[in-house]
Amino acid sequence: MSVVSVEKDYEGLSIELVAEFDAPVEAVWQLWADPRKLERWWGPPTWPATVLDHELTVGGAVSYSMTGPDGQTSRGWWRVTAVEPPRALEFTDGYADLDGTPLAQSPTTDVTVRLSEQDGRTRMRLRFAFESGDHMQRVEQLGAFDVFPQSVAQMDAVLATDPDQEVP
Amino acid sequence: MVTYNRMVVGELEDAEVDRLFHALADGTRRDILHRCIDGEPSVSRLAGLYPMSFAAVQKHVAVLERAGLVAKRRQGREQLVHTDADAVARARGILDELEVAWRGRVERMSELLP
Repeated sequence: MSVVSVEKDYEGLSIELVAEFDAPVEAVWQLWADPRKLERWWGPPTWPATVLDHELTVGGAVSYSMTGPDGQTSRGWWRVTAVEPPRALEFTDGYADLDGTPLAQSPTTDVTVRLSEQDGRTRMRLRFAFESGDHMQRVEQLGAFDVFPQSVAQMDAVLATDPDQEVP
Repeated sequence: MVTYNRMVVGELEDAEVDRLFHALADGTRRDILHRCIDGEPSVSRLAGLYPMSFAAVQKHVAVLERAGLVAKRRQGREQLVHTDADAVARARGILDELEVAWRGRVERMSELLP
């Protein structure tokens, strides 16, 4: 079950994945739309995720934090570009530094999600492609936005527990 | 520069992954890379293929070089560009790892459904 097919385009740096779930479309949509559900599958068991912001509207931001096995923290964000419950979601996924600023030099991925239901089963089509073009320009196009409303004290706490983190 | 960790790529250093992704996330650079797999074009020959300045093409080659995807060698007055097969394989490996990461996600989604 689950993953039906995967197609990889090494030249275009994109993957198309089709999965099927034995559940109605609304239930599958909720896995994306409910932040408490999203954080239960977004990160692998070794990198559990916490969803901090979750605004599924066009232009809205989702932000998350993931904690690795050695206590390292990885932060990421989505910028929602299309949303049509319960059938379509599109967003750009990228990495951020500890204070939530999108990393300009870091790659982003465009993710497209399509859900369709037939006979009580839901088919999920996912496409993720690395963006083309200049990262800096791309992040500027997305607009400067703070997706992590986080206090300096919290940052210090994170930094104190993570010897791998270097801050300028 | 802030360093950070990425869960999809375990074996590569973050900085190395960044350089690889950055290098590959551009159509012109992917095209240059492709041409350097099949042959060993000079920088000036590459420059003739794209509607941009010699300097711009040189810059693209430099980005690929920093990512370890291509290397240059001098032959007379020309600089010939060839790919590093291992680096190309590593870049492909990143896509493979992304696939694994998403397969894991789909499995976990499946487990959460009633």
